[in-house]
Amino acid sequence: MPKDELKTSFKWIGTRPDRPDGLDKVTGRARYGADFSLPNMLHAAVVRSPHAHARIKKIDASKALALDGVKAVVTRADLPTGLSGEDLNLQDNTLAGDVALYDGHAVAAVAATSALLAKDAAKLIEVEYEVLPHVIDVDDAFRADAPVIRPGLADHSVPKGAPGNVTRYIEFGHGDVAAGFAEADLVREETYKTEATHQGYIEPHACVGQMGADGKGEMWVCTQGQWYVRRMCAAVLGTEASQLRVTPSEIGGGFGGKTTIFMEPLALALSRKAGGRPVKLVMSRSEVLRATGPTASASMDVKIGMKKDGRITAGTVSFRMQGGAFPGMSPIGEALPCAFACYDMPNVHHEAYEVLANRPKAAAYRAPGSPMAAFAVESLVDEMSRELGLDPIDVRLTNGAKEGTKSSYGPKFNQIGLVETLEAAKAHPNYAAPLGPNQGRGVASGFWFNHGGETSVSVAIGEDGTVQVSVGTPDIGGSRASIALMTAETFGIDYDDVRVNVVETGALGVNEPTHGSRATHSNGKAMYEAAGQAIRELCKRAAADWGIDAEAVEWADGAAQPAGPNAGKFPPMSLREIAGKMGSTGGPISGHHEITMGGVGASFGTHVVDVEVDPETGRTTILRYLVVQDAGRAIHPAYVEGQYQGGAAQGIGWALNESYIYGKDGRLQNTVFLDYRIPVASDLPMIDTVIVEVPNPGHPYGVRGVGETGITPPLPAIASAVAAATGVRLRELPMSPPKVLAAIKARG
Amino acid sequence: MVEVNLWSGLTRFTDGIATVEVEGTTIGEVLDALIAAHPDLKPFIDAGISVAVDGEVIAKNRSAPVRPDSEVYLMQQLKGG
Repeated sequence: MPKDELKTSFKWIGTRPDRPDGLDKVTGRARYGADFSLPNMLHAAVVRSPHAHARIKKIDASKALALDGVKAVVTRADLPTGLSGEDLNLQDNTLAGDVALYDGHAVAAVAATSALLAKDAAKLIEVEYEVLPHVIDVDDAFRADAPVIRPGLADHSVPKGAPGNVTRYIEFGHGDVAAGFAEADLVREETYKTEATHQGYIEPHACVGQMGADGKGEMWVCTQGQWYVRRMCAAVLGTEASQLRVTPSEIGGGFGGKTTIFMEPLALALSRKAGGRPVKLVMSRSEVLRATGPTASASMDVKIGMKKDGRITAGTVSFRMQGGAFPGMSPIGEALPCAFACYDMPNVHHEAYEVLANRPKAAAYRAPGSPMAAFAVESLVDEMSRELGLDPIDVRLTNGAKEGTKSSYGPKFNQIGLVETLEAAKAHPNYAAPLGPNQGRGVASGFWFNHGGETSVSVAIGEDGTVQVSVGTPDIGGSRASIALMTAETFGIDYDDVRVNVVETGALGVNEPTHGSRATHSNGKAMYEAAGQAIRELCKRAAADWGIDAEAVEWADGAAQPAGPNAGKFPPMSLREIAGKMGSTGGPISGHHEITMGGVGASFGTHVVDVEVDPETGRTTILRYLVVQDAGRAIHPAYVEGQYQGGAAQGIGWALNESYIYGKDGRLQNTVFLDYRIPVASDLPMIDTVIVEVPNPGHPYGVRGVGETGITPPLPAIASAVAAATGVRLRELPMSPPKVLAAIKARG
Repeated sequence: MVEVNLWSGLTRFTDGIATVEVEGTTIGEVLDALIAAHPDLKPFIDAGISVAVDGEVIAKNRSAPVRPDSEVYLMQQLKGG
């Protein structure tokens, strides 16, 4: 849709009503994964490897099965063979085959009549291991002499002679980087490193699965995508997807970590083996941290050439990322194109290696790969800006990508709002706030592609003129509210007259998960088309009642209206009026639309952070924090702001504290939230937000996804603020107090 | 003819050619023609890729239209959180 044809005035869009699911969630009525139970239900527990890498020589479940109340045990021998690709990855992670690949890797599962009994039975399952050499750190895994943990998994892209744990390689770029560096007044090259971090969702994974010997089953599960659960479970178990009906619960956070499966097939396999009795499986926090997908850890070399006026002449990156012991899991394919996406780069080159390590199978995490890449590139841009005495926002304005810029990854950008976010950040009072001793300010920008994908939506008109919308994307960040607002706007009815239902896999065609910042964008478009179908039928019913052609009726202000000089004069017929008699005028009225959604608008944001670093302890306090991001069109501004603040909070945790700590034995040592330190409310100031709106012409209401970009700038912005406050640059995350203190002392 | 830009890591499988001209009116037709012209690209395309058409990154919609003057780039398959 051309930009100047986008509607700009609205009744509902841009307002801030309470979310429809809010009351249930604050009163405890909302049903999450672990809240679901069925009669005759069994409970499951999982036996996990205590070794980072070990051959499984023998599993003896006889003592567990002898316990009264134990109904089934499953091992890898109960799963089908012959899988390949990602299906095999999923199966290998659900239950180890011959080799346990990381500390916490599932080896067997047991179902019993109580959760306590299942845990006791799990302890009685005897597993004989032969411990194998392990490797944890990404740089260690990349060494030529590292233990090769899974030989033969390198794909066609890997150059000959690459280290044995490399499974994938990517290279791209344009221009002449050598000439670009020769043209520069300043060339700097540095190495940056980020630790793996967990998505840190508050609700652990939980499900109830039921499956009979005929392969027909049901699952109730906490997930970002019920159709993904269906397809993946069916693949792992060798059953047909359509025979499995999956209903999503409410979800207590996902951030990408619940777009895949970890233990769900175990509940179904145990149920099948226990005569079809439903089986409940709930992970502990320790299991979540040991055995569900964190993001990758990364080691990154960056080189940039810059003129004295801040113009960037060339840039190169070389990344190494590990995404656990499974190929294809590291986000190198996303990290590389994000690295220089904020800049108009005449000469640029990217390369990245995926490396296997004895760590859990990585999962997507909010803008996968982009935060690490931003940490490396944005940190170096800041270092060079300071060295040249330039304002960091001015340097970004000098080089900032805009409409028509050839992106660092090749294609030209369409309408984007990076420059607008930079200008808004520069004009914000936070950027001029005075700083005291031991305080510093950091700036960084960030990018995420956004995604559309498979989307199926239905709207149904109720007899009383209200509207139900069925969507297939679990509501994580307020999507029910935003879809209801767009529905109300489209039909011209009240927000309270719309109900948005998140439905199970039997109720709609395939939907991708709530991922890629797509829920409001893609559902909004599909709802708009489905509503259009219903509105055409509403007009047709009114036309029949008035005895005029349907083409002579238009929809406006929530009612059918005669249009044009020859339509005749009739009072508007409201949605409520048409719906009240639809049974006798042709039957139910509904609309439906299916689409593989495109038209995503690229997303950019700019953050400004002020910190104070205690020189005695190395502790960093966030004094003020500003997020400026382009939303295209903010349908429900409060939930757009919530996404901005949530992304910033997670990025603050990643920058300052979060880290997987492994012992020399390769076992994870910080398996609870007391030791794995995510930020809590008392760690954070109120995060200020500015919503920039550069409407996306690919969406009827101009929406861009807003869920992911916000986690990208915090890592480099905080690193730059800490550098400004202390005079020392930390190039390895997290910037925990001991590390910062050591850097201050080393500075002298 | 549609001009398809490959990422440079793929040029090892196209005798060093970074831009390939093929016939096609949809992403699916373009990818099929690309494999026909350079069969060694098949493992990469089968493993899943994204295609940027006129600046828009399309994850897997083979029916998305492509014009002869479209700007087309192959990209790694993207995942979102």
